[in-house]
Amino acid sequence: MNKEMTLAAVAGRIKSGMTIGIGGWGPRRKPMAIVREILRSDVTDLTVVAYGGPEVGMLCAAGKVKKLVFGFVTMDAIPLEPFYRKAREAGMLELMELDEGMLEWGLRAAGMRLPFLPTRCGLATDVLAKNPEIKTIASPYDDGEVLLAMPALELDVALLHVNDADRWGNTLITGRDAYFDALFARAAKESFVSCERLQDKFSLTASEAKANLFERYLVTGVVHAPGGAHPTLNNPDYGWDLAHMKTYAAAATEDGGWEAYRARYIAGGEEAYRHEAGLPARLLDLQHPVF
Amino acid sequence: MSQHSDYTLAELMITAASDAWRGDGEILASGIGVIPRLGASLAKLTHTPELLMTDSEAFLVEEPIPLGPRGDFEPRYAGYMGFERVFECVWGGRRHAMIGPTQIDRFGQTNLSVIGSYEKPKAAMLGVRGLPGNSINHANSMLVPSHNPRVFVAGEVDMVSGVGYNRARWGEGVKADFVDLRRIITDLCVMDFGGPDHAVRVISLHPGVTLEQVQAATGFPLLAIANLAETRAPSQEELVIIRRLDPHDMRAAQIKGNPPANRAAL
Repeated sequence: MNKEMTLAAVAGRIKSGMTIGIGGWGPRRKPMAIVREILRSDVTDLTVVAYGGPEVGMLCAAGKVKKLVFGFVTMDAIPLEPFYRKAREAGMLELMELDEGMLEWGLRAAGMRLPFLPTRCGLATDVLAKNPEIKTIASPYDDGEVLLAMPALELDVALLHVNDADRWGNTLITGRDAYFDALFARAAKESFVSCERLQDKFSLTASEAKANLFERYLVTGVVHAPGGAHPTLNNPDYGWDLAHMKTYAAAATEDGGWEAYRARYIAGGEEAYRHEAGLPARLLDLQHPVF
Repeated sequence: MSQHSDYTLAELMITAASDAWRGDGEILASGIGVIPRLGASLAKLTHTPELLMTDSEAFLVEEPIPLGPRGDFEPRYAGYMGFERVFECVWGGRRHAMIGPTQIDRFGQTNLSVIGSYEKPKAAMLGVRGLPGNSINHANSMLVPSHNPRVFVAGEVDMVSGVGYNRARWGEGVKADFVDLRRIITDLCVMDFGGPDHAVRVISLHPGVTLEQVQAATGFPLLAIANLAETRAPSQEELVIIRRLDPHDMRAAQIKGNPPANRAAL
């Protein structure tokens, strides 16, 4: 079995109009190499489901996003994601703005092949008022409590970045927090996973194997993309590249800023990106951020 | 007792924030931002040691972590609390969070999403984040570094992200029992929701601040408790702890101009 693919092959599987889920959290362990390959493609009209970071801003800047399903978009150290803000303030995006927990619940429902999961999150807020497609449901038991019925968030594709993988599609997330990557994989028809290191077939100790958080039958393809989360962090391998994120954020303040960023970092392909961004040497200098 | 000139307004607000968690027992204290985090850490190190706390990332700590670069300090952990575990904690209600919303209204409803119209906002912020779930499931307090009518708005907040005590928002059969809005700590005063129908009340004024001044800076009418007094001064012990937890003085950048606690003395 060999699920290894190229970045170009993964991007080729993303079709206009698809719903794509992106793993990670804010500026943390985002599958940026795959996202950059999508930015290079002519795909459009995507519905993007994410705990959003710079990948959302970049996809918005490139005009790839029709609809955003999200709880936030942030780069943490740069709290307001400038290209998301531009698109949001221009009224360009269709939205499903959700509580962070509702987003999790929607992914869980999809992974369990349920139409919805009940929750109190979102009740009595504008999350319900601004998303008329989200309904409530009364408990069938004696309490009769009215709950929000979070609809399943079914994904065509999930895109993830992990620390280690093998060619069978087994993966390890060894960072401090796995976020909700496993649920993105479960909610999707197909998952494509980039990784720092790729082996033929894992041969792990029991404690190492505990970092395997979802099964390889969920994984359609793996891409060897060292530094593939840059400029977001991927601990324990590297921290985030704040200088690079600042350069990207500053581009939003200039006319034609995105086009200039795209020309310098995106247009020339991933090898050119690595050269311009100083990878792989720079990864060694990226300290884990102190919170 | 310290003199007002001995400590800053930020330090006064940290001790006031700490008091919000007083007596909470074994729950997760989540202070988001410099002043709330120092407040939660101070609470754990003084009056409420039972509190659970994280390293602001993914691990539980019993020794609160100092802010910023740590030199040789190696954090030691007592357990794990990744985001998935935090969500589980939220839904079980064993948490008291303190955050700084962009807008707050008379009902305690909060906004972290957009200013202006929803469709074409004047300013997009973060998104609702965890506010809907936090506010309907567990105790919440708020930190406002600049008390003004743009934060404490006249009507409802522009995008209700966190629930409050606005009956019109609670449909038939929807359970509001777990809504528990505690305190609002601002640069002028401390408030709670202890008035009739959970109306906002001023419960203490920072040194040199008048109730009239607070009302003028608030977009809705305020109540005040009887015998309204000054906000409690930090003790010497508390100031020592705050300074140890914040060796790079990040608290100095939290309130514009980093004034002393008693601004009237300026």
